[in-house]
Amino acid sequence: MNHWNEEQLILYYYGEDDAAPDAAAHLQDCGECRQAYRSLERVLEAAGQLAVPEPAEDFDERLWARIESRLPARRGGFTMAPVWQWAAAAAVLLAALVAGRFGPLPKPARPTAAADPQAAERVLRLAVSDYLDRSQMVLTEVANANPHQPLDISFEQERAEDLVAESRLYRQTALRTGDTAVAGLLDDLDRVMLEIAHAPARLTPAELESLRGTLDSEGILFKIRVLGADVRAEQAAAAQSSGAERKS
Amino acid sequence: MTGNAEDAEDVVQESFLRAYRQLARFDERASFGTWMYRIAANCSLDLVRVRKRRNYVPVAEDDADGRVLELPSPAPSPERAALSGEVRQRLAAAMNELSETERAAFVLRHFEGLRVEEISQVLECQPGAAKHSVFRAVQKLRRALEPIVSPVR
Repeated sequence: MNHWNEEQLILYYYGEDDAAPDAAAHLQDCGECRQAYRSLERVLEAAGQLAVPEPAEDFDERLWARIESRLPARRGGFTMAPVWQWAAAAAVLLAALVAGRFGPLPKPARPTAAADPQAAERVLRLAVSDYLDRSQMVLTEVANANPHQPLDISFEQERAEDLVAESRLYRQTALRTGDTAVAGLLDDLDRVMLEIAHAPARLTPAELESLRGTLDSEGILFKIRVLGADVRAEQAAAAQSSGAERKS
Repeated sequence: MTGNAEDAEDVVQESFLRAYRQLARFDERASFGTWMYRIAANCSLDLVRVRKRRNYVPVAEDDADGRVLELPSPAPSPERAALSGEVRQRLAAAMNELSETERAAFVLRHFEGLRVEEISQVLECQPGAAKHSVFRAVQKLRRALEPIVSPVR
């Protein structure tokens, strides 16, 4: 009987795909390999005692505060689309918001909004920023929930459904202005929100873990924060420049 | 990977800043998690290299605030506590002896549960190289720990 070398034992321990398929049977039959494997197992289990300290509860907020202050202000914003495109789209959005309608976009832009394209642009940014903030609140509830207990997400589900209905308008606007970054994020958000909306109202720990896995794999909270920070920086810059204009 | 909680916080901060700056380069087809790990691993390796150039000695687990390497403490017996302490010391020393790549590969495999294929993407090397980094790390840790955790073979 050929004995296994250490590398084969390590692959088996970690469940790697290229571990030998008959590993369990071989360890059953071969005392020498079984002993070597147990020895390896003890060492690696001991190594697992090297626990990484849990970050403090406020780590997330503290970290973000440190990061946000160092984010470079990107003039021109998270969209690279020309201002006139944003203004035209903003006019459409403004019209829809005023009418309280979130259905398909009307084609013609209102001349009143287009008359002040920068103001209309700011309204759109404000709307996206607010949308991202509300999305983040829903996701944060899920991300920070106790993973060992069932979780009632009926409230978050209602919010998620509202957000999905609302996002269509922003996504269409972003696509119209050629802002693929925002449109892509809104697509990602829609997928996650739909998953929340269609999940059972009371999540088991396993369902919660699966949902959190989706959030992690999409990196959605991080993306929201990056775009949100961009929007806020632009708003601050816009407010500063309009203040300076008024003074002059 | 840094062996120090404060450095780890700095690495996380730097990683997110780099991710922010490079977000436009993120390939949507790739896994966001793997992409973030790659950035964090690079930040971590950069920091370790800077420390080495400055002859920095990383703080071991017995530092003043005791936050670096902590054992779970399910009310161990005195014997077990002593053994755990020795294991912890040897482990910390052995981890410090690993090369940067070996330590990164081992942490990603053992603590983060990444597969060899994913580790190779994070460390931007061939899967074979990632696998051998894990092997070498385990072999070195084994040499350091086996005499106390598994003395009879």
